[in-house]
Amino acid sequence: MDIPLSLRGILTISEKNMRIYYSKPPVLMFGILFPIFMFLSFSVGRNIELSRFFPGFLAMMLFFTASSVGPMVIPFEKRERTYERLLAYPVTIESIILGDICSGAVFGIVFTIFAAVIGVVLLSMSVQSFVVLVIALVLGTFANAALGVLLASPSFDNPPNVMMMSNLIRFPLIFVSGIFVPLQEMDGVLRYIAYCSPLTYLTDLFQFAMNGISALHPAIDMIVLIVSSLFFFLLARTIQKRNLARGL
Amino acid sequence: MKAIEVTHLTCMYGRFTVVHDISFSVRKGSFFGFLGPNGAGKTTTIRSLTGVLTPSAGLIRIQGIDILSQPLQAKMKMGVIPESSTVYGDLTAEQNMHLAGKFYGLSSAVREQNTREILTRLGLYERRSDLVRHFSKGLRQRVSIACAIIHGPEVLIVDEPTSGLDVQSRRLVIDTLRQLNQEGTTIFLTTHNIEEANQLCDTVCIIQAGKIIATGSPTELKQMFETTRSVTVSFNKVVPKTALIWGNITRMEQTGEGWRLYTDEPDAVVKGISDFAKQENLTIHSITTTGPSLEEVFVRLTEDT
Repeated sequence: MDIPLSLRGILTISEKNMRIYYSKPPVLMFGILFPIFMFLSFSVGRNIELSRFFPGFLAMMLFFTASSVGPMVIPFEKRERTYERLLAYPVTIESIILGDICSGAVFGIVFTIFAAVIGVVLLSMSVQSFVVLVIALVLGTFANAALGVLLASPSFDNPPNVMMMSNLIRFPLIFVSGIFVPLQEMDGVLRYIAYCSPLTYLTDLFQFAMNGISALHPAIDMIVLIVSSLFFFLLARTIQKRNLARGL
Repeated sequence: MKAIEVTHLTCMYGRFTVVHDISFSVRKGSFFGFLGPNGAGKTTTIRSLTGVLTPSAGLIRIQGIDILSQPLQAKMKMGVIPESSTVYGDLTAEQNMHLAGKFYGLSSAVREQNTREILTRLGLYERRSDLVRHFSKGLRQRVSIACAIIHGPEVLIVDEPTSGLDVQSRRLVIDTLRQLNQEGTTIFLTTHNIEEANQLCDTVCIIQAGKIIATGSPTELKQMFETTRSVTVSFNKVVPKTALIWGNITRMEQTGEGWRLYTDEPDAVVKGISDFAKQENLTIHSITTTGPSLEEVFVRLTEDT
């Protein structure tokens, strides 16, 4: 494997995605507007403790922003028939997937940092561990961006279909991942379901970073997020290679 | 030296074999035409050559580099112009070229210089800052060519470059490809336009049902059917098909107001036409005898198999 060539491919693909897909309406709508409106609808006019809810909002923001770019890229490129040209450039399928993940990750981290700064400055949210907050942002954005790319990996060439399918998976996850109901307050089965969602571990890590409390040890949250990222990447690679073997 | 070398290439989609054990080579600096009817395996072969698909079996070398074991190095040696002008509509012509240049590792200065030169050469410099989505199909195809040649590839793989283009764009594309070949670039071309292949290619390979059925220069291929000639005739009035059905005519087709009669005995047919005109009191407006065209060879070969 030629590492400099592969890195160049990843960076070029990320740059291309940033130029083309960041301003696409589905990315803006489901990536930025949706989590903000969800936050407002669950917080405005309700007697809730904002400091307990805000880490969940950050997790939701990171989840939606980072996972909104991936589902757009491959289906859009297949529809526009630029995917074949992309594959003919000196890049590997791994570089393409990593490039897509990186562009989603950057989108996620930028907007979530912005939300975190607003929370700290305007809403007087506290940060107990700045280091854990940064780690949560980095690990969370890559895990969620990889999930977004995985959602687009089956052979779709129609972006609206992929966005619909990805929302079908993303929406239920926010209700079972400790964002609105803390993990400690969940009943038996729901709690087991929550443990299957990587978003649960991200929410827990943000809780630790901002409030100093968490249901699980932060190290476990970090390990699960790393393993999730690798799992999503490898699964996306397997699916996309299988698609190529079947003729794009 | 061989620019492209394909040995025992087999491509399967599931259990369906699209390309069956084909082998061919493309001489460095040549203009190689790869022809075949729809579904013959042309696109699958091109996708294997360009590293888009991994073949089920076989060996592909681009400028001596095995594309399966060293895909990135092999791809650096070639430029690809896929069918349907596949460029990014949300980027300008210049941005598309810079993107391509970055994939090939060109420095910023070289990218700038090559972009300016190539866009000028293709008549796009004035529109370099316009979004490609506002371009006509012909202009998009020019951008597609520009992206494929920004790094000065030694091998250019071109899939149906003139499909659906207007006359001016078609001429510009053909002239550009011819010029690149004259400058030393090896060109691998697939096209449905047999006349185009006849004009441009020094070697033609015909694929049918995933197997190569003929390879050679257009002249050599035409000699395979040297016995089949045609006589094109037009009279002062329209003559029905049934009036010209004689024993030594193998096939006939209408050409405007006249007929093209395919035959192995053109002299006898010309004499027959002359006698027929006298007998029916017709005036012959024009009559020409020609050897087989590459299109005729293509039809005969693909019909036979």
